[in-house]
Amino acid sequence: MTDAPKPIIQIQNVTKRFGKMTAVDNVSLDINAGEFFVLLGPSGCGKTTLLRMIAGFELPTEGRILIDGQNMAGIPPNKRPVNMVFQSYAVFPHMSVADNVAYGLKIAGVKGREVQDRVTEALELVKLGGFETRMPDQMSGGQRQRVALARSLVMRPKVLLLDEPLSALDAKLRAQMQFELSELQEKVGITFVTVTHDQDEALSMACRIGVINKGEVAQLATPSDLYEYPANRFVADFVGSVNIFEGKLTLDEPDRAAVDCPGLGKVYLNHGVTGPHGADIWVALRPEKIYLHVPGEGKAVKAAAQDAPDGYNFARGRIKGMSYLGDITLFEIELETGARIRVSRPNLSRRDQEDFTWDDKVSMHWRADSPVVLLG
Amino acid sequence: MAEQDWKASKTSFAAVSVPTLLWVVIFFIVPMAIVWLYSFGENRGLTEIAISGTLDNYKRATEWLYLTIFGKSFAVAALVTLICLIVGFSVAMAITFASEKWRPWLLLGIMLPFWTNLLIRTYALMMLLGTQGFANKGLGALWEGTSWIKTLVGLQPLPTWEPVQLLFNNFAVVFGLVYVHLPFMVLPLYAALDRLDRSLIEASLDLGAGHFRTIMRIVVPLAAPGIVAGVMITLIPALGAYLTPDLMGGTDSQMIANVIERQFKKANDWPFGAALSFLLIYAMFALIAIQSMRRKVPEVH
Repeated sequence: MTDAPKPIIQIQNVTKRFGKMTAVDNVSLDINAGEFFVLLGPSGCGKTTLLRMIAGFELPTEGRILIDGQNMAGIPPNKRPVNMVFQSYAVFPHMSVADNVAYGLKIAGVKGREVQDRVTEALELVKLGGFETRMPDQMSGGQRQRVALARSLVMRPKVLLLDEPLSALDAKLRAQMQFELSELQEKVGITFVTVTHDQDEALSMACRIGVINKGEVAQLATPSDLYEYPANRFVADFVGSVNIFEGKLTLDEPDRAAVDCPGLGKVYLNHGVTGPHGADIWVALRPEKIYLHVPGEGKAVKAAAQDAPDGYNFARGRIKGMSYLGDITLFEIELETGARIRVSRPNLSRRDQEDFTWDDKVSMHWRADSPVVLLG
Repeated sequence: MAEQDWKASKTSFAAVSVPTLLWVVIFFIVPMAIVWLYSFGENRGLTEIAISGTLDNYKRATEWLYLTIFGKSFAVAALVTLICLIVGFSVAMAITFASEKWRPWLLLGIMLPFWTNLLIRTYALMMLLGTQGFANKGLGALWEGTSWIKTLVGLQPLPTWEPVQLLFNNFAVVFGLVYVHLPFMVLPLYAALDRLDRSLIEASLDLGAGHFRTIMRIVVPLAAPGIVAGVMITLIPALGAYLTPDLMGGTDSQMIANVIERQFKKANDWPFGAALSFLLIYAMFALIAIQSMRRKVPEVH
């Protein structure tokens, strides 16, 4: 396990322009062999273009892409050791499931018995055993996607590319497929590169995530690092829900720091601020990391969780909005400063949602390790 | 819902369907019925036709002479359709894969001849192909040029240029019919190709297929409805083509429509012309019937 991860795809200074529009701007990143890599970003950020350049459907304007150490410049899609699962699945409607899956094998020159065996194996892998003679129009969207998966996996590519694989499925099926795709990836050991705009999808499936914004890599990290240690405001805001306040650094020592935020109040951190910065910075606070005090027990809770000097990491406000989501309740609170903050509260017991109602005056606090300081 | 309500209301349904129905009856059913009746009649004098129920016209129409003309018309129409299909498919592919900016202009280029009178287009084509036409002049210039270069390097010059006979033969008929019918082929093909999900083509390439195999295995089968529509819409009018063989054909290149025309005009034998017409119509019905029997390609959305 001490081996340095081996990159299977190396994207080196790749830029792609369509006319005057720059879709991908000087992106460099390595994708390791055997990992489940997710390119995450809003629509139009260039993530699909990046994927299509790996597949060979678009050519980089500048830079180069190496797959397994081999430069892909001048190599057409049909000669690349990667296969793609398309957003629309692109299952051939005039061929049976077995013919769809066998299509690439026959072109590759695989013969008779082996074609049949590998098709059966691939279909069983995606839990479509027995569907060989079905036509695509007799299948659901989810099943067609499995056909597309089997059709690509049967080729035993070095890398499997998936373009928004779950976007066309309904919520339940999507959650199930997230697990299945991760499981499948572990089973076959092929590198998966997925493009998505859905943060839940990215967080649940990925080994590593590359967040793309306006054609550039905004952050490259594991799912938990991305969520807990976002590198900038874009990532903090795009991945999960977050409250962001502008503030001035008033104290910065190796083991503690303090920020004065006009919108939120005084924020205390149990660590120093690293990286180049001026006095103006931003503080990000996730809604679930803020504790609402139930009326009457405010002091006791605060005393129990006291890890900041008095007057820090504490705020008061009035409830302006509530949405009950079953497992949690989301609150929109107007602070005394006039700023608004989102707080989520788990409904740990059945009547928890009745603790608060609209226009209640509430106080809240957060731990000293919860806020994230953002420099950009 | 709105559509259901609309169908349920008999007055509004009648309001839209009756004019159509009347149009079909007055301008199609009635004239066709008259011609159909004539085909069972015989000439009595110069203008009088008696509907006697005789089958003589059909007997004569199925004589060897006329059958060969029918056969030849079929062969010419089939050849024209085949050429249109090959040329039209690549034209349609080119339009489909042209950039957004160019596509409307290319389509306009295909449509433009439609808006020009057929007679004018045919005469224009004849000017092009005539012995003094641009085609021959161009070929002649090339010939003279080659001859001149040969003398320049000290070789024997070519013999004097003799214009090629491009008009008034079967070649001219096929050429003219292809020219006239190409848009009929291109448009349905383009419609079919344009609807084709591009990712199907990309998926085929992704799975290792080359361009030719992708066209044969993916594009052509999925464009089949467009191909069949294009073939029918080209074959049927080509089969009944009258003007092009009349103007551009030679003495041996008459098609069945020219024979029919002669019966109604010069020969003044309306019953026989009617019988020939109906044989042609039955043949076309048969083609349409065959087309509608074929298996529908399932579509996936």
